[in-house]
Amino acid sequence: MSKMVSTELLNEFLSGSRRALAKLISAVENDGTQARAVLDELYGKIGQAYRLGITGPPGAGKSTLVDQLAKTIRASGKTVGIIAVDPTSPFTGGALLGDRVRMHDIATDPGVFIRSMATRGSLGGLSQKAQDAADVLDVFGKDFIIFETVGVGQSELDIVEAADTVIVVLVPESGDSVQAMKAGLMEIADIFVLNKADRDGASRAVQELEAILHLRPAAPWNPPVVSTVAPAGKGLDAVWKKIQQHREFLLQDGRLAAKRKQRLEKKIHELVSRRLKQEFWDEEAQQLLDASLENFQNQKLSPYRIVEELMNKFMASLQRKMEN
Amino acid sequence: MQRKIRVLVGKVGLDGHDRGAKVIASALRDGGFEVIYSGLHQTPEMIAEAALQEDVDVIGISLLSGAHMTLFPRIMELMKKNQMDDVLLLGGGTIPPEEAKQLEGMGVGKIFGPGTDTRDIVEFIRHWAATRVA
Ligand SMILES: Nc1nc2c(ncn2[C@@H]2O[C@H](COP(=O)(O)OP(=O)(O)O)[C@@H](O)[C@H]2O)c(=O)[nH]1
Ligand SMILES: [Mg+2]
Repeated sequence: MSKMVSTELLNEFLSGSRRALAKLISAVENDGTQARAVLDELYGKIGQAYRLGITGPPGAGKSTLVDQLAKTIRASGKTVGIIAVDPTSPFTGGALLGDRVRMHDIATDPGVFIRSMATRGSLGGLSQKAQDAADVLDVFGKDFIIFETVGVGQSELDIVEAADTVIVVLVPESGDSVQAMKAGLMEIADIFVLNKADRDGASRAVQELEAILHLRPAAPWNPPVVSTVAPAGKGLDAVWKKIQQHREFLLQDGRLAAKRKQRLEKKIHELVSRRLKQEFWDEEAQQLLDASLENFQNQKLSPYRIVEELMNKFMASLQRKMEN
Repeated sequence: MQRKIRVLVGKVGLDGHDRGAKVIASALRDGGFEVIYSGLHQTPEMIAEAALQEDVDVIGISLLSGAHMTLFPRIMELMKKNQMDDVLLLGGGTIPPEEAKQLEGMGVGKIFGPGTDTRDIVEFIRHWAATRVA
């Protein structure tokens, strides 16, 4: 079994050690039990880091934007933590995490902490881990936390959806907005960035996107569209302004608090589901299931009956635990 | 759950080709490692900082420019400063054998010359990781 997180490491972390920060992120990423231990310990000190989610198709310029955005935020004197998520290969279990390549401007800024994270398959509770890592960065004192994920797959979307402001990055290539709608990106955006505005068709793409957005019923917040050329930092001030406006919007009428409460509720639901599942499938339950499957041909028990038996077994073992 | 081995791959120096480093990064990914690729023109400071933030087990430096006898010691110095004593440092590129020996004597885990089969690098890291845990 993995060793527990030491008090020494926690103390180093609390006194501002970046090495300890990195180790604690590894702890929450690698092991649920350790994540519990770390966050139980730290949660009392959780601050109010503002969380940005940036997503969009591969190659849209997300990492380049994150680099520029972090620079903009740093210029305002605030600190930044970045969690950049890229897929794990389902065949080898390996991953190539290349987001840092675009983040050289901020690579040695002590006010920025960049962490690359691999998806590690859907069973790993990716969204939980990314949020746990963000919590650790929050306690460390980062003012802003930026998640970068590729806009495919539900767990990647779950990560950015857990942010306070969600930025969807698109590029002028035709059909992009249609693709985005399919992928469910349109619904989660608070701000659209049309990056690679130096390319042909950029203004038409913006018009198209705005036309689509106009078809939606007016809401208290209507996602704006901002054009950028990320490598040159063009349009970044406008993006930053929109982020601040969205934040102002959320701060009105307790929207931000409500949003965060909702996020916490969702997280707790998910944690309970995972925990119950773990408790439920003990060795005895698995044996019972195996036996039922074995006898399936002769007995023809309905799946519901099998579940009922498993439930009964589970309740009985709970009862036994209570009595002890 | 088995801990994933994390490897930082970066290219130190001024020359503008990263094909070699990319090939190695892909090979290590295919070998089942989590590879953090940090790209071209990395300074020792950038390498050490990235390794710290990413909590990697292994640092792989690709280098063609000939300044290896100053760059590797500098990286090792920064690693020591960051308490990364348990991190494996590997190098690759055009480094004369006698200097490669010298660097290995100073604490570089291994220098892989040009034309190294990438599978040998994967094997080397696997073996290192297995003996480390034991
Ligand atoms: N022409 C142009 N290229 C860009 C722009 N933004 C990013 N790129 C390039 O697009 C490629 C992918 O960028 P990256 O930030 O890695 O995209 P990501 O995969 O979405 O994170 C890189 O080669 C960037 O230099 C832009 O506004 N205009
Ligand atoms: Mg990226």
